Amino acid sequence: MPAYSLLVNGRRQSVDVAANTPLLWVLRDSLGLTGTKFGCGIAQCGACTVHLGTQAVRSCVLPVSAIGTQSITTIEGLSATSTHRVQKAWMAEDVPQCGYCQSGQLMAAAALLRQTPHPTDAQIDVAMTNICRCGTYQRIRAAIHRAAQEA
Amino acid sequence: MERRAFLKVTGTVGAGLVLGFRLPDRHGVLPFAPNAWLKIDPDGTVTITVDKSEMGEGNHTALAMIVAEELDADWSKVKVGPVPENPAGWSRRMSTGGSTSVRTSWNILRKAGATARAMLIAAGAREWGVEPGACSTENGVVSHTGTSHRLTYGQLAEKAAAIPVPPNPTLKDPKDFRLLGKRTHRLDTPLKVNGTAQFGIDVRVPGMLIASIERAPVFGGTVKSFDPTRAKALPGVRQVVQLDGTTWLGSGAWGVGATSGVAVVADTYWQAVEGRRALQIAWDDGPNASLGDVPATLAGLASQAGVQARKDGDATAALASAAKKIDAVYTVPFLHHATMEPMNCTAHVRADECEVWAPTQNQTRAQEVAAEAAGLPKEKVRIHTTLLGGGFGRRLESDFVAEAVHLSKAVNAPVKVIWSREDDTKHGFYRPATYNRLAAGLDAQNKPVAWLHHIVAPPILLKFGPLQGGIDRTLIDGAADIPYAFPNVFVDQVAADLAAIPLGFWRSVGASQNAFVVESFVDELAVAAGRDPYEFRRELLQSKPRHLRTLELAATKAGWGTPLPAGRARGIAIAEWEPTTCAEVAEVSVAPDGTVRVHRVVCAVDCGAVVNPDTLEAQMQGGVAFGLSAALYGEITIENGRVKQSNFTDYPVLRIPEMPVVEVYTVNSNDALGGIGEPSVPPTAPAVCNAIFAASGKRIRKLPIGKVV
Repeated sequence: MPAYSLLVNGRRQSVDVAANTPLLWVLRDSLGLTGTKFGCGIAQCGACTVHLGTQAVRSCVLPVSAIGTQSITTIEGLSATSTHRVQKAWMAEDVPQCGYCQSGQLMAAAALLRQTPHPTDAQIDVAMTNICRCGTYQRIRAAIHRAAQEA
Repeated sequence: MERRAFLKVTGTVGAGLVLGFRLPDRHGVLPFAPNAWLKIDPDGTVTITVDKSEMGEGNHTALAMIVAEELDADWSKVKVGPVPENPAGWSRRMSTGGSTSVRTSWNILRKAGATARAMLIAAGAREWGVEPGACSTENGVVSHTGTSHRLTYGQLAEKAAAIPVPPNPTLKDPKDFRLLGKRTHRLDTPLKVNGTAQFGIDVRVPGMLIASIERAPVFGGTVKSFDPTRAKALPGVRQVVQLDGTTWLGSGAWGVGATSGVAVVADTYWQAVEGRRALQIAWDDGPNASLGDVPATLAGLASQAGVQARKDGDATAALASAAKKIDAVYTVPFLHHATMEPMNCTAHVRADECEVWAPTQNQTRAQEVAAEAAGLPKEKVRIHTTLLGGGFGRRLESDFVAEAVHLSKAVNAPVKVIWSREDDTKHGFYRPATYNRLAAGLDAQNKPVAWLHHIVAPPILLKFGPLQGGIDRTLIDGAADIPYAFPNVFVDQVAADLAAIPLGFWRSVGASQNAFVVESFVDELAVAAGRDPYEFRRELLQSKPRHLRTLELAATKAGWGTPLPAGRARGIAIAEWEPTTCAEVAEVSVAPDGTVRVHRVVCAVDCGAVVNPDTLEAQMQGGVAFGLSAALYGEITIENGRVKQSNFTDYPVLRIPEMPVVEVYTVNSNDALGGIGEPSVPPTAPAVCNAIFAASGKRIRKLPIGKVV
């Protein structure tokens, strides 16, 4: 198996996996970063959302061989102290219910706010394509607006 | 229940105070065997251990709040410990469902907190040589009135353990509550925003292997033969194991419902998936390979007489002599739970014990199933309950537990089984599809005189054995107990034999379909009577005060009868998840292409006392989203004995652009305490469909709604 050198949450790590292994399973099984979740395996639900460079991507369909030199940020690396403004906003609004999708929601929201510091509701609708089966959408929307105010 | 068995000091741990306490047990009182604990450490940390799974509904925080209130604990020092590991040693079956966590624990948890508080006060009073009556508590501190004596709970914990347990501690007057009824941040939120929350799928055990299972595509199908050669040649693949199926039907017990299949056990999930793809399996499809078109089967059974579920007066005669008659057929499809976390379980079977790590709603059943699979006594099986990435009733089943235990035993190593989304969708325990024939009559003054509801549905309860009285009571919930003052009512049920299809409890169970059917047809009746649907309901609910005030609150807050922007219309519906009542008013528009848009849902709820208003609001919003997913899109279809849908592409659920604004209003109520996890699901579909009728004149009698054409 080829070895891949990945920059994950600021740390250079080497993994021996098949070239077609999705980044999601490299993170979860090889690196023990289980905050990134498996939901659908076909880039539908967004539970596996991480940042590749500054972009939110669905890691369940991203082969490790396609990453190259781009840096990877997972929920564990979003903030060393869990104080990224989306995390603070999520806590203030008590967004999570079961919580399973929320790593992906937070990563998607963080990427959105980087690109669009004060998103409108319509921009949130376009950017936030992640599924939450508990139906926390109203609070996700409120938390994104709250986080935008902190910018 | 013997009072002295209720509470006793079980010992001191780390010089703190440990109180064991019993929860109500309908099976009778066993010798003292505490099933929940309140622990106060010397540092003042209060740990509450409860026997309920946290699957998003906020019950851990709510249960802790109840204890903390009566204890007068410092809320910042309260935490919830892990769910205990041995369900067999518990005084009641350990499971979480039916929106029952708080109401079945409310009295006992209050008493537990109050008892501990009384003992801490007594310890402080003894320390200072004062009367306990002259001492008070606040925020984890006992103080003496009139002096500067004060000690924290942590400082008093060891001494309190030596105090005799008071049999009848005084409970607070609810008007003195400091925590209950106040918006309170959930204890599990911090873990859920930084990736550290541990779900079943996140479990890692030393030496653990990971399995992916190719299951028989047809219900009841079995493995005829398979060739593991290509799979075994792949990197990381350790073993290929055949798994036998078990029926989901019980014969007095509860069937397991594991599907026959072939498991690939590998070092990583992806290697297991690659190995699974390389398997060559020949299936014996069994007797169900041509099973399909369930709606037609149910319709065909509608000519049969059902088993009577309710009979008031003579509905048939009253209908025959009614001045105006209406009738309709309503149908709903099978539905899947689609929890965000796919089914999974980790097990480690050793010679004399078995450990299971599971996101389960049903620890007792999981232990029974694991014990049988491992060939060990129940007491030798420990169930470690993780957080659940959604439950909604799916995780009351233990098929995924059986698989993990069988595999661990077969390969002699810890094994985590992870289901793909496709596995999860195709091998569920579905909400039954139902066929409903309704008829109603109005007299010359447009008053309802007859209501007949004939239900054809496959029974869920067959999994527990033969139906009691030939009825599945879950399938008549919300139908046989309609609250309206109809003088003549007849409700009956035909139990359709579709035993090949695994069925289960889906958030709000029978009420999920019956509220749609009943509340839509009541709307038809109001239209036939020429009446406003809200006023029509009000008149018929005069002897149901809880329903009435809930309905009125929803209508008032929604501005029922006031103008709306062009193209929008309102619909109203009410349902009961006993004893909680929930009414909703939906504001809907229908685009020229038939697309339905739900803009706003006003939700009123009467659940009695409210523990955490923040959680109540979240549950109501979530229930509306869940109900809306089902109403707009939800449909599992069976073709050739297999489930047609596979993933979120063909089993879509609501996303953020489709989420309406949900406003939640609570009736200020001292009525019986009710659950909050389920009640807002049932009224959603009928409120939306009644609004669609108001907007477009199209009556939706078949779910999902899809496009209105």
